[in-house]
Amino acid sequence: MSKLNELNIASARDGLARGEFSAAELTEVYIQAIQAGRDMNAYITETPDVALERARESDARRAKGDAMGAMDGIPIAMKDLFCTEGVLTTAGSHILDGFVPPYESTVSANLRSAGAVMLGKSNLDEFAMGSANITSYYGPVKNPWKATSGPNQGKDLVPGGSSGGSAAAVAGGLAMAATGTDTGGSIRQPASFCGIVGLKPTYGRCSRWGVVAFASSLDQAGPMTKTVQDAAIMLGAMAGHDPKDSTSAPLPVPDFEALMTGDVKGLTIGIPKEYKMDGMDPEIQALWDQGIAWLKDAGCIIKEVSLPHTKYALATYYIVAPAEASANLARYDGVRYGLRVPGDSLDDMYMNTRGAGFGEEVQRRILIGTYALSSGYYDAYYIKAQKVRTLISNDFKTAFESVDAILTPTAPSAAFALGEKQEDPVAMYLNDVFTVPTSLAGLPGMSVPAGFSSTGLPLGLQVIGRSFDEGTVLNVGAALEKAAGLNLKAVTGASS
Amino acid sequence: MSYILKGETGDWEVVIGLEVHCQVISNAKLFSGAATDFGAEPNTQVSLVDAAMPGMLPVINEQCVRQAIKTGLGLKAKINTKSVFARKNYFYADLPQGYQISQADQPIVGPGTIILDLADGTSREVGIERLHLEQDAGKSLHDQDPTRTFIDLNRTGVALMEIVSDPDMRSPEEAGAYLRKLRSIVRYLETCDGNMDQGSMRCDVNVSVRPVGSTELRTRAETKNVNSVRFAMQAIEYEAARQVAIYDGGGEVVQETRLFDSQKGVTRSMRSKEHAHDYRYFPDPDLLPLVFSDDLVAEIKATLPELPDERKDRYINVFGLSPYDAGVLVAEKDTAMYFEAVAEGRDAKMAANWVINNLFAVLSDRGVGISDSPISAVDLGKLLGLIVDETISTKIAKDVFEAMLETGDSPEKIVEDKGLKQITDTGAIEAAVDAAIAAGTAQVAQYKGGNEKILGWFVGQVMKSTQGKANPGQVNKLLKDKLDN
Repeated sequence: MSKLNELNIASARDGLARGEFSAAELTEVYIQAIQAGRDMNAYITETPDVALERARESDARRAKGDAMGAMDGIPIAMKDLFCTEGVLTTAGSHILDGFVPPYESTVSANLRSAGAVMLGKSNLDEFAMGSANITSYYGPVKNPWKATSGPNQGKDLVPGGSSGGSAAAVAGGLAMAATGTDTGGSIRQPASFCGIVGLKPTYGRCSRWGVVAFASSLDQAGPMTKTVQDAAIMLGAMAGHDPKDSTSAPLPVPDFEALMTGDVKGLTIGIPKEYKMDGMDPEIQALWDQGIAWLKDAGCIIKEVSLPHTKYALATYYIVAPAEASANLARYDGVRYGLRVPGDSLDDMYMNTRGAGFGEEVQRRILIGTYALSSGYYDAYYIKAQKVRTLISNDFKTAFESVDAILTPTAPSAAFALGEKQEDPVAMYLNDVFTVPTSLAGLPGMSVPAGFSSTGLPLGLQVIGRSFDEGTVLNVGAALEKAAGLNLKAVTGASS
Repeated sequence: MSYILKGETGDWEVVIGLEVHCQVISNAKLFSGAATDFGAEPNTQVSLVDAAMPGMLPVINEQCVRQAIKTGLGLKAKINTKSVFARKNYFYADLPQGYQISQADQPIVGPGTIILDLADGTSREVGIERLHLEQDAGKSLHDQDPTRTFIDLNRTGVALMEIVSDPDMRSPEEAGAYLRKLRSIVRYLETCDGNMDQGSMRCDVNVSVRPVGSTELRTRAETKNVNSVRFAMQAIEYEAARQVAIYDGGGEVVQETRLFDSQKGVTRSMRSKEHAHDYRYFPDPDLLPLVFSDDLVAEIKATLPELPDERKDRYINVFGLSPYDAGVLVAEKDTAMYFEAVAEGRDAKMAANWVINNLFAVLSDRGVGISDSPISAVDLGKLLGLIVDETISTKIAKDVFEAMLETGDSPEKIVEDKGLKQITDTGAIEAAVDAAIAAGTAQVAQYKGGNEKILGWFVGQVMKSTQGKANPGQVNKLLKDKLDN
């Protein structure tokens, strides 16, 4: 039997079913690992008692023959953007100090109903705003990977963001899987940086109810796992129509695992020419070419497609997302919950509270968003951005008339060092250049580990699918995973 | 009925537009399942959504949408089968989300009309620009503690219909008539209880003035949250005079928000344009556009009750009432229902006269509404029945009416107890007539001399001796017969 914290969901499911170990034993291993790995700062709140209680419940169910499926007894990390009943929920922000929700988000409730065991609340960029997990009030997260050569050799690296704690926990063996949320790349980019699988489902696939909102028209929860198969299993437990979220799609949840036939023969894969950007890292280009070759070998038809409005995507995103955020974050006013810094008047109290409670990046985005919506600027910014968003969406629609999936790099680089790009917000925003268009179009996108940089760091490729066609995304992702045949766990040890 | 202000520099007319917030009658709030009862203990009707807890999302309440459509149909307005909810952003302690969910450029209801019934019996149309749905805010309680403000979120998220008129009104009276008519319509429709004193109907008054003959629209001032028809009229009078005085003095009216001080009858500046909020409206990404079918509109249309205008037409054309009487009776649904119960199977004109001339005076004296009338419609109807079947005379009926007010007894009982039944026995009346003629030798001579008016003296004598119970028609006939022969 392999070490318990090297198992994935699928293999643990089988081990639990065969009675090789109990959910409580499995959970205990992770609790130990979390305590030993605190230096990574992957968790804001550890919930070992909750975890053991749920693990024992799982074991009791299994003993009675009532096991609930693949997630039953699986220890996971919960991104601290999901409200969890009775457990501190921070969104990585000082302004939610002491906030213990009296309710459970739909996605975390779905996972709990499927028997998943919550190990704790994982670290993230404040209000999910960031690409390096360095904006968290609870401190940065360290990527368990280390560069084996190059200028960053030996340095602490960022895990990506915003779901950096989730990605680091899964890659570092501190959770078997984790939930993430993705607004412009917050699942896919950290998955790429940490050498794991990260799936952003179609907008509307998972309920947003009980997830602290960043940008409502873009936010989407998804699984972060060790394998593509695990992502399929976990998404099935997270997804589903929720009448409490008006933007949740009233569609049945397919058996995603069953849709992974392993056969991609005859599928047409689009390669968007606009993603071949000037100054692109040759390593990234080489990885992309390799991915294309693998899929060709697997019997896919490769076709160049055009997504002509790609170059406007980042600018569009940085109007739409901050605009929505500027309103979504207005509720953190010190009146009802979280931090309150007193003042001489109501306005003073607002300014003191929000000034102290929000970090620099969050304040920057609130300012950008407020400006974009202001009288006199609204048409030039917000309305124009919405129009461009429609064009970007139409680009994908046109492309998907002739292809079944699209293959791109996930991120323009491997993980960078803690402290890098910190002074230049725009350089940081460029991390999401390949992931943002998918988010604007509401389409499913998944990052799959596909290779390594010359410095020994994992790199991911992104598979983009049609709306609500996560099945094809998973199937193509699995083909890439198989072809890459990476031994990820071997180099995962941060200790090396 | 023109309302002209005599200024130093000439004559001015006033231009008035009204924005009325009507609280929707519904079991739950616009976007949450919390209850909406008036007067509940503070913060007992608050859901997680209303309190804007992190991650909470709005879900539209279909009942509120139906009520808005119904109201739109009642205002003969265009129903927009696609509309969009937008966020109106501003910070206030009783606005938990930091924005109000409202509708901006795509409201659920578009242009419509409302017909004003004016005091002189004439009618006038006022345009409705739009009706949109939005959330109410909570209440800030500043008087509970010397240093702190308390917040009650019970009202937070309750559905409001904001109904915006065109700037079509030209006098305080017209504005008053508009408010009363709008209140009447929503009450008939049962989409809003119209109780301004409880705040379930509130009015923002937009006023500007211009020289008579001009068609320009000058800068307006908006007076917020006026909570009675009378106050709205006072606010307009004050505003119009204030603005004329400014122009007369060579100044300019500034665009601003004002508050009405009902104690002093004046408006006061609340915030000027420079301090006006930039609400940064944008479509609420938590909500899909509100789309419904024409079938739903048709279904709701089929359930519309008879509205005041149609009812007024019926009273004029079927009952033969005067436009004024018809207008008075239909203004309040409860009054119309009362009147129809009295008139059921009887002479409608007679019923209208009794309700308007007799009952209204009593209600007005006692300061109560028709629903608290001391005389039920059934009893008033019975009283009219006693007149028609000649059990009592109209004059006696008035006494019975007074007795009904005092005792609350039925008219039959009062007539019976007091022996007021009209005397129609010819023998008894003839005896009284003979007695009167015998006693009035001088008057008989006058009558014979050609003074026919003296007949009234004889009638009076007969009525006196019969305590008013003699049938007046019979008395007259017998007197004439006897005196002329």
